[in-house]
Amino acid sequence: MEESQIKVPAIPELTKEDFVSDQMVKWCPGCGDHAILSSMEKVFPKLGIRKEDFVVVSGIGCSSRFPYYMNTYGIHGIHGRAAAIASGVKIANPELSVWMITGDGDCMAIGGNHFIHVVRRNLDINIVLFNNKIYGLTKGQYSPTTPKGAKTKTSPQGTFEVPFNPGELVIGAQGTFFARVTDSNPKMMVDVLFEAARHNGTSVVEILQNCVIFSNKIHDLITSKETKEDNQLHLKQGKPMLFGKEKDKGIVLRGTKLEVVKLGENRITEKDVLIHNQYDHDPGIHNMLARMAPPEFPIALGVIRAVEQETYEEAMTDSIVVAKNISPLKSVDDLISSGNIWEI
Amino acid sequence: MTHKKNHVVELDDVVVRFAGDSGDGMQLTGSLFSDSVAFAGNDFATFPDYPSEIRAPQGTIAGVSGFQVHFGHNNIHTSGDLADVLVAMNPASLRASLKWAEKDAILIVDSDAFIEKGIIKAGYDTNPLEDNSLVGYNLIKAPISRLTKEAVKDLGIELKTALRCKNMFALGIVLYLFNRKLDSANAFFEEKFKSNPLIVESNKRVLKAGFIFAENVEAINSTFRVQPAKLKKGKYRNITGNRATAWGFLAASERSGRELFLGSYPITPASEILQELTKHKQFSVKAFQAEDEIAGICSSLGASFTGSLAVTSTSGPGLSLKSEAIGLAVMTELPIVIVDVQRGGPSTGMPTKSEQSDLFQALFGRNGECPTIVLAAISSSDCFYSAYEASKLALEHMTPVILLSDGALANGSEVFKIPKVADLPEINPPIVEPNDPDFKPYRRDENKLSRYWAIPGTEGLRHRIGGLEKENITGNVSNDPLNHQLMVKLRDDKVKRVANYIPKQKIIGKNSGELLVVSWGGTYGVMLTAIERMQEEGRDISLAHFKYINPLPKNTKEIFSKFKKIIVCELNNGQFVSYLKMNFPEFKYEQYNKIQGLPFMVSELKEKFSSLLNE
Ligand SMILES: Cc1ncc(C[n+]2csc(CCOP(=O)(O)OP(=O)(O)O)c2C)c(N)n1
Ligand code: SF4
Ligand SMILES: [Mg+2]
Repeated sequence: MEESQIKVPAIPELTKEDFVSDQMVKWCPGCGDHAILSSMEKVFPKLGIRKEDFVVVSGIGCSSRFPYYMNTYGIHGIHGRAAAIASGVKIANPELSVWMITGDGDCMAIGGNHFIHVVRRNLDINIVLFNNKIYGLTKGQYSPTTPKGAKTKTSPQGTFEVPFNPGELVIGAQGTFFARVTDSNPKMMVDVLFEAARHNGTSVVEILQNCVIFSNKIHDLITSKETKEDNQLHLKQGKPMLFGKEKDKGIVLRGTKLEVVKLGENRITEKDVLIHNQYDHDPGIHNMLARMAPPEFPIALGVIRAVEQETYEEAMTDSIVVAKNISPLKSVDDLISSGNIWEI
Repeated sequence: MTHKKNHVVELDDVVVRFAGDSGDGMQLTGSLFSDSVAFAGNDFATFPDYPSEIRAPQGTIAGVSGFQVHFGHNNIHTSGDLADVLVAMNPASLRASLKWAEKDAILIVDSDAFIEKGIIKAGYDTNPLEDNSLVGYNLIKAPISRLTKEAVKDLGIELKTALRCKNMFALGIVLYLFNRKLDSANAFFEEKFKSNPLIVESNKRVLKAGFIFAENVEAINSTFRVQPAKLKKGKYRNITGNRATAWGFLAASERSGRELFLGSYPITPASEILQELTKHKQFSVKAFQAEDEIAGICSSLGASFTGSLAVTSTSGPGLSLKSEAIGLAVMTELPIVIVDVQRGGPSTGMPTKSEQSDLFQALFGRNGECPTIVLAAISSSDCFYSAYEASKLALEHMTPVILLSDGALANGSEVFKIPKVADLPEINPPIVEPNDPDFKPYRRDENKLSRYWAIPGTEGLRHRIGGLEKENITGNVSNDPLNHQLMVKLRDDKVKRVANYIPKQKIIGKNSGELLVVSWGGTYGVMLTAIERMQEEGRDISLAHFKYINPLPKNTKEIFSKFKKIIVCELNNGQFVSYLKMNFPEFKYEQYNKIQGLPFMVSELKEKFSSLLNE
């Protein structure tokens, strides 16, 4: 598009205020969504992108009200279809920074098909998945990420369904970027969202978000002060996978499986602990990391996978350039008078 | 080649039908014949009639694939009722197609295929070539398989490959019959099989063998000539409806300066629109094969928000899947064209058969008060202009437009007079300039009531839109009761006002009289032919054929008021007539409906109209 090519030479310094919208934020007090909004408002001004070049697209759900609360171009779409709408925006104008906001129901139930396909195509879209493990807006039915056995409005005896693990789904769909954070750690949220924005390709950030009304404390084991140190593994590129209050526990690979070890026990030293490599194309370890969950394991937070691969829109743009160079057809007039023509 | 037979019969128009097994290449044979007809300067129209299975069991009725060509030196508007010449490559195709042939038609059959096995498979008790059941027809028994093998025997190709050329033998016979040259078919072989000279040679030889056979066989004692058509000066080509649709969008993209984005999922009979547009990246077309129809339209809507000429193409079942997103397009007031190439329904229905079955779905198939513009293309070549106009209306009025085509238009082809893109009407979308201080997401153009298009990337115009009801002008989310009523009325009025920007309805024939025939969309050719013939016979009959369905042209009511009787003809169970009753309940409507997956025939229309006029 011509519009965005007329780039102002230097992008003016932006601040959080540039992205705050004039609309009243209507999430419940204490909802995890507030913290996510605040983190996004911090990330956007730092990206070196004109404020007119952001487009925020969502589906339907509490989380999907998000575009109204950010002063950018935005579309509040229909349930489950944000990935498809965002794909159209990005393909139509690859210069734009496209953000998709979605919930666990929006993304993994009704929108599951679009989600796996956008990930597979590796369009450069940043997907922020608000995972409260419940349908918030429709008042508390179970979702595809609700833990098995959980009692909800539609599972009074507990669900029978095995939940999706978003990370596994992303990796299974050939995803190039997956990260996980909690809504209770704003610093990590900002860092990870920043990395997601910089990743060229589809980045999926799963945010473990608390719904105070319908799934309150669902992530408590991971996020509460008392238990979080033992249940969170903060991944850092090139760093050993250590966790625990004393950083004395680690993850090792034994045979084909991950295992939790304690440093000092059985002559285990830091050297035995796995080093995180988010850039490894082989999805094996990334998948195992994404699957880790308490009580056996800590949950992996931070960037689990970030690999380079051509994006859909790059390939599309290249093929347009090639076609323009080699095609003898320079106008639609050329086209319609090509081939078998006769004159009277 | 000189013709041995000196008896040449002059004809006004002829219908030739090629029928064979799905694997016999009848579609190719038919289109090669229409190319030769085009080169000879005739006007023509074609109609492919094929099963939905790619290769149904060989030799069965279910596997019969047909291709009909109607050509002549007068204006040809239809692919013809009954065939004057029927080519049948096996017993099943003879049995399936004989009902589509005139009682004295020339039948060209591959006599080698009429062996016991084939005859039984086709469901005959006895060999129809020998049991006198074909008395009255001019039967040409040609040993096509045997002579095909003979023609290529010294080329050293496999028997199976050789027999694949037998359709060209049949083509050779038909070309001889109509005093046509072999050049255009030969040129096609050379181009198509460039990399395989042996295949080029075998096709050429078999074609020629058929031609020579016809020259020598006694059963053909005269040949036919159809004079070139009296077409207006200009350049012409053959075009199918689906290709014309795709090219109409390309022209609209060029003329409006908006990049073309197509989000689509393959479905018969609409897939060729997607296939065609993937070929034209040189015009910056972004053709996106989505994971389903919902993603097709949603990606298009995203592209529309981003400033593209956005299109999505599908057929009936796919339109069902798109309903919710069309609602979003109505609510966000974004331009988008939804093409529905209709087929027999409901559900999967009859995928390869044509029907005008989705009119109700196009008009009403959504939740809420959800009006869109609805247009219906009226011929294969009109698909070009309809796609262009649908784009223009969507872009200038900022609203979704549903364009109805159908299987017969999509796959059928006809002569297309090549226009100049610069001669097409201008397209001026209401794009907002950067930093326009007056911009508000739902401020509207006073006349059209369209809102303005503020494209991401433009400075000073950041805004949010979406499926929740919006406050008038500001576009903020609103649940205010009076605002909702106002917005529903505004969206409705916006579409109604399109009537001020479309042409008035034309009448073919007198503006008043005994009988007004009303029809819409893809049946134009056959309606026109029937009406013109009856007018020539001096009957008091006129035709109003509708292309603009919603809104209807402003003069519709006035037209209806001038006739004693109105009959509405459509290939469905009466959808347009119900719509007319809803809009103009003051008139009485007769109706004529055919729901067989087949086009109208001129003869049945004439019969119906005559009986009405005689009442
Ligand atoms: C087509 C359609 N079906 C159902 C709904 C109802 N609906 C709205 S939001 C929602 C679930 C939202 O859950 P989630 O995506 O997890 O978002 P949250 O509210 O938890 O943030 C449902 C079922 C709808 N709006 N549209
Ligand atoms: S219902 Fe739950 S998810 Fe929705 S706003 Fe309230 S706390 Fe947040
Ligand atoms: Mg949820």
